[in-house]
Amino acid sequence: MTARQGAGAGSTSTGSTTASTSTSTADRAARPAAVPAGGRRRRAPLTSRWRTRLEIAFFVTPALALLALFVVVPVLQAGHYSLYKWNGLGPMDNFVGLANYVQALGDDVFTGALRHNLTIIVLSIVVQLPLGLAIALLLNRNMWGRTALRVIIFVPYVLAEVVAGVVWFMLLQPGGVVDALFAAVGLERYTQLWLGNPDVALYTVMFVLTWKYLGLAVILFLAGLQGVPPDLHEAAQIDGASWWQVQRKITVPLLGPTIRTWGFLSMIGSLQLFDMVWILTKGGPANSTMTMATYLISRGTERSQYGYGSAVAVLLFAFSLVLALLYQLFILRRDNSDGAHTPSSEKVKR
Amino acid sequence: MKKTTLRTAVALTAALGLLAGCSSGGGEAADDGDGSTLTWWHNSNTAPGKDYYEQVAADFEAANPGVTITISAMQHEDMGTKLNAAFQTGDTPDIFMERGGGEMAAHVEAGLIKDISEPAAAEIENLGGAVAGWQMDGQTYALPFSLGLVGFWYNKALFAEAGITEAPETMDDLYDAIDKLKAAGIAPISVGAGDVWPAAHYWYYFSLRECSSDVLKDAVTSKDFSDPCFVAAGEDLEELIAAEPFNAGFLATPAQAGPSSASGLLATEQVAMELAGHWEPGVMQGLTEDQQGLGEDTGWFAFPEVDGGAGDPTDQLGGGDAWACSEQAPDICVDFIRYLLSDEVQQGFAENSMGLPTNPAASASVADPVLADLLAVRDEAPFVQLYFDTAFGENVGGAMNDAISLLFAGQATPQDVVDQAQTAADGE
Repeated sequence: MTARQGAGAGSTSTGSTTASTSTSTADRAARPAAVPAGGRRRRAPLTSRWRTRLEIAFFVTPALALLALFVVVPVLQAGHYSLYKWNGLGPMDNFVGLANYVQALGDDVFTGALRHNLTIIVLSIVVQLPLGLAIALLLNRNMWGRTALRVIIFVPYVLAEVVAGVVWFMLLQPGGVVDALFAAVGLERYTQLWLGNPDVALYTVMFVLTWKYLGLAVILFLAGLQGVPPDLHEAAQIDGASWWQVQRKITVPLLGPTIRTWGFLSMIGSLQLFDMVWILTKGGPANSTMTMATYLISRGTERSQYGYGSAVAVLLFAFSLVLALLYQLFILRRDNSDGAHTPSSEKVKR
Repeated sequence: MKKTTLRTAVALTAALGLLAGCSSGGGEAADDGDGSTLTWWHNSNTAPGKDYYEQVAADFEAANPGVTITISAMQHEDMGTKLNAAFQTGDTPDIFMERGGGEMAAHVEAGLIKDISEPAAAEIENLGGAVAGWQMDGQTYALPFSLGLVGFWYNKALFAEAGITEAPETMDDLYDAIDKLKAAGIAPISVGAGDVWPAAHYWYYFSLRECSSDVLKDAVTSKDFSDPCFVAAGEDLEELIAAEPFNAGFLATPAQAGPSSASGLLATEQVAMELAGHWEPGVMQGLTEDQQGLGEDTGWFAFPEVDGGAGDPTDQLGGGDAWACSEQAPDICVDFIRYLLSDEVQQGFAENSMGLPTNPAASASVADPVLADLLAVRDEAPFVQLYFDTAFGENVGGAMNDAISLLFAGQATPQDVVDQAQTAADGE
């Protein structure tokens, strides 16, 4: 506790010279000794501080060890493998430098996959955000069958991705249930080879993804709506605001942090998209639904090009990292700064 | 206070123990073979094959006291994945299935597979040309126990319904059959282009008809695709695709999984034929409720002759499975795979319809009449080309297959297929 205060004091006097910083350090060191207190009292905080540190170490070490073993080490290994041409068998001795990266970035299928990933990010936000918001606002009202509707909306999200994928795969077969539904309402001329037409397949996949992940958006937004104080609504209504105005001017702005968090989750999910695509199309037809992750599997591991696959994995990691940082920097910063900076700015005002 | 510390210590030890267990657990399963224990991985994981192989192992153990054989019968794809991982760690089973071609070449180069040329000389002699796919630089590394062909499987009833009396022998016959089937409202051919390799088989076969066997044999070793016959093969395929003989949405159709797969469509009588390997009757049986597949209506004909092609029309495309021993396996391993290729074991293998036996002594034991026909065609073929993707290895084969699937989608030219394969080969 005292150390924290010392550090805080140091940071407020950032402009001052090193000499002043060192005095403050000396101050800090002297302070505990200078505090006149009974022996019993003085010893208790000391052991409890060590105890706290031990407890932190005890609880954090297993998690850190697992993280290092299953995340950090494999990431570093992938970086190492990516510099070699290696088929996974025998010694890894064919060093090729950055050739794998050059090859990936020059491959139309890989750049196409990257483009598909970006398309999916944009479409998720353009389609799922308004839709999810509308449904959340609707389900936030008191209406008959609300709980049942909430459950129905959320069920696809709970369903295992592979199961949902297989079900949709069967429904979307030529002459399958979806085609039959179209025919039943007189729209048979709009039926397509949903998964077999390279021009349509990506949008079919996008539809299934929306069906699957809309529930998550709705649940998150509903949770966010619980944090919007009802007295604001009442006040606005007393001032004569309509329901629409209340939603637009009060609810949605206050839902901002939730929406931005959802956007982040959605973006990361879109970048790493694999299972649904793999089950529905395997990245085909004619690579029209290839994502970076399916490319990694089909061109890397399935062809025993482990070096090349690792390079693709590193690129996928880099793209995700850059996009995540940009998002953090430009969009999530507002939410973070709200929490971190307000107290200090208040201090300045005082 | 003391109690808590004790408890903490216990918990800490337990946690550490758990972690240690994670890291060391994997290693203990390894068995380097002490001369008397053999591990055997195979993919006959259903009756009667599974029981038959257990019996075979028991017989071998009885004849060779002190030898224990540990069998792992796995589902085919599982086995492939596990074998790949095993090869990477170098901790392979003693006896495993080897598909030959470029895959085997990689195993040989990495020193993972035993050279059995000398101890199994008698069996190699007996199997004759069938062993060719498992030989490299004059050395033999595995003994093929099942070798099949790719050809057209068709529904005799649907052919009769469309007024086709004879199985097609030339491409003109095939185009004629396609027209008749379409006129009768029957989808002519299903192809699992979603899984890529079934589509690639068409290109392989056109290459086999357009190129002489010498050109193909040379291409497998030199990986040089400059002969114009490879482009001609792509042009033949383009012509076939332009005739639109395939099932609706074939670009997304899987090969064998489920009733909407290419095999499923043939088994449920929604298409008249499919180009597939010797495994097709078994696959179709699994996809129909009565376990009969097409039953009596199952027919087979070889890939038709192509006008003006340099290839012998009786050359066939095929592939098979062979038994191999890992480099560190004890010598008794070779005795066991020799036993697996013996007359009696191969006869039982044929009687149980587990595949197409390679030992000539077992040819007469093939029970299924259609498979017996196929076996006759195989034994008459002057040259059996191993599937290109296996022969060229996963890298070149994969690039070739992807380009072929783009050709099916109308997004690649015959020249593109050759260029893609050549680029991948040059990059190796």
